[in-house]
Amino acid sequence: MKKVILPAALLLVLLILAVHLFHRPELPNLSHLQLQQQFSVKPVASVDHTQFEQLQKAFATPQDVTEACIDCHNERHKEVMASSHWNWERISYVEGRGIERMGKQNVINNFCIGTSSNEQSCAKCHIGFGMSNNLFDFNNARNVDCMVCHDHSEAYIKGTSAAGYPDRSVNLSQVAQSVGRPGNINCGACHFSGGGGNNVKHGDLEMALLEADRSVDVHMAANGINMTCVDCHEAENHKMKGTLYSVSSTHVNRLQCSDCHSTTPHNDRMLDVHTGKIACQTCHIPEYAKVNATKMAWRWSEAGHLKDGEPYSVMDSMGREVYLSIKGSFEWASNVKPEYVWFNGHATHYILGDEVDTIPLQVNRLLGAANDRDSKIYPVKVHRGDQIYDPNTKMLIQPKLWSDAKGDSAFWQDLDWHEAATAGMLEVGLPYSGEYEFIPTEMYWPVNHMVSPKAESLSCAECHTRDNGRLAGLTDFYLPGRDRHAGIDILGKLMIFGALIGVMIHAMARFIMAIRNKEIESEDINY
Amino acid sequence: MQRIYIYKQFERFWHWTQAILVLFLAMTGFEVHDSIHLFGYENAVVYHRIAAWMLLGLIVFSIFWHVTTGEWRQYIPSFSKLSAQIRYYTIGMFKGEAHPTHKTARNKLNPLQAVTYLGFKLVMAPLIVVTGMVYMFYRTIDANDMVVVSEIPLAWIAWLHTFGAYLLMMFVVIHVYMTTTGSTPLSNIKAMLTGYEELEPVDENSIIKNKEAHEA
Repeated sequence: MKKVILPAALLLVLLILAVHLFHRPELPNLSHLQLQQQFSVKPVASVDHTQFEQLQKAFATPQDVTEACIDCHNERHKEVMASSHWNWERISYVEGRGIERMGKQNVINNFCIGTSSNEQSCAKCHIGFGMSNNLFDFNNARNVDCMVCHDHSEAYIKGTSAAGYPDRSVNLSQVAQSVGRPGNINCGACHFSGGGGNNVKHGDLEMALLEADRSVDVHMAANGINMTCVDCHEAENHKMKGTLYSVSSTHVNRLQCSDCHSTTPHNDRMLDVHTGKIACQTCHIPEYAKVNATKMAWRWSEAGHLKDGEPYSVMDSMGREVYLSIKGSFEWASNVKPEYVWFNGHATHYILGDEVDTIPLQVNRLLGAANDRDSKIYPVKVHRGDQIYDPNTKMLIQPKLWSDAKGDSAFWQDLDWHEAATAGMLEVGLPYSGEYEFIPTEMYWPVNHMVSPKAESLSCAECHTRDNGRLAGLTDFYLPGRDRHAGIDILGKLMIFGALIGVMIHAMARFIMAIRNKEIESEDINY
Repeated sequence: MQRIYIYKQFERFWHWTQAILVLFLAMTGFEVHDSIHLFGYENAVVYHRIAAWMLLGLIVFSIFWHVTTGEWRQYIPSFSKLSAQIRYYTIGMFKGEAHPTHKTARNKLNPLQAVTYLGFKLVMAPLIVVTGMVYMFYRTIDANDMVVVSEIPLAWIAWLHTFGAYLLMMFVVIHVYMTTTGSTPLSNIKAMLTGYEELEPVDENSIIKNKEAHEA
């Protein structure tokens, strides 16, 4: 009896132990629930600007509106004028460069190249009025555009190539009375359409976020927690939280997922330890440009072609512009899997006047490496293209692109690279040898938005797999499941199969000898 | 021939639990190595860790058992009959010669077994346990106040751990085969299951005396 009971009891104990160990019911994620509760309560405006007499009048100029704002908010303009939204540059310490003033004023991007000599057009996305050239007065508070961020009437739009002034159709009084906490459309007016169209630049910021569902973006989903940009990008005293390394370069004022979610948000230690080396975005944004396509390539070298002596454009089957005489050829993609890089929060940029040191040139370079303890793996959109370049000075050329009339050296009017290069470089005060060519360029855009629902985040095996994993391109570290080193598997197979073969030969020999020996024995017995 | 109780209850429990755990660890481990696909990568990692902790627990118990019962002495290798034992496995057994050593409850390992198991316990198991522990606690980070073992490249740890796994698999192959070399092909396995084995009755005292005399 004891012989049965004891093993049975032992087996039962083991079974209970196994169930206990292997069955892991999902626990409620309390910190997550707390966040959901926190952001379920939406802020309510404490004042109603329609009630203020100062705003109940017709405004002759947008500057008059700004003055009305400053009448009450009499210190706020100073905060705004300290921001990079206003200055288009910030002073920072950049690795390898020292103290540098950097921003839209002097860095190059891989789309419309740069703002210099094109201010009249680019200033559509400047929070000011009247930036028509490089002589804009950054100390004149009257030119701060409060409305572009704070308008709630959705009637405020900046004019096209109007140096940042609103469109003439805008009813300034209506806008002034509507102001409040910036909504998604305020931020999106510029940040969704950078590069000349919806989702062209970022890939993860676009109009679809205004009415997204959870599969597009769990944070901004209308059927989800329905958060706004400024819920995360807090802007206490107009200091906007968050940096994007297309123009930023230092690890300051960054907005991190962990600011709300902590670095151990998973209720699972195995996942939590990944946060030390893997940015949240890497697993939780499996793809970007989930709704509308984004531009993946832009080749300026092909600009300038004419058809029947006229500039022309070509659309693809999806209705997307793939060629434009004034801009060159484009490639679009949607539902794009990001590329992945090690990134430590510091970046360097090509600044106008720098010597080009690598081809392809990275107009912004995300710094980091596997053995750098501050680096994590981040998803990026890499935008590739080519840009105009002076082979003698080894500088990228800032061309003059925009003008409102022909004959002003602007490429978009005259389609003459030489003239555009001469005028552009003259304006930024840099030499131009008279010769130009095109070199391949790359731009790195960290992907931060369009966070997917939990169930759609990356599974382990998307990276931990032998071939074609997501991290196949990052080879400077050992990744279990992907890597094996120094012939260990060949050695191992030799060991196992060597043992098997040895054992089989031995067994065979025993078998044969046993038969032989038995024959002898049987003869003995017969005898 | 005499039916002798040779493998104690704990010994059998330990042996078979260890066998199951080692095979389970091999299955999950080689999935983590992306050699096979059985449970899915995530489950394989989790199961591998759980089984590893269970094996560590078992090892602690078995060390305690070996020390307290004095059974550890079984693994002291005697080299006097080692060559005879090797000769038996390579030549003698084909000629139908008898085992050169006698198996008894107090001397149940032949010299070759003793050396091999000692190697198992002093080289293979520590190799795989130590590299496994380092692997498990390998963190190249300090963000979460985790243990930092970033000085040793993970590639080396993984190489050694995988090498240990292959060694163990090789051991399993040979070990399982060698069980068939008893008086009948299944007698050794039966003994490890029931504890009892049919053995030639030998005066144990004389053997021990002989052994001690020889070692002295």
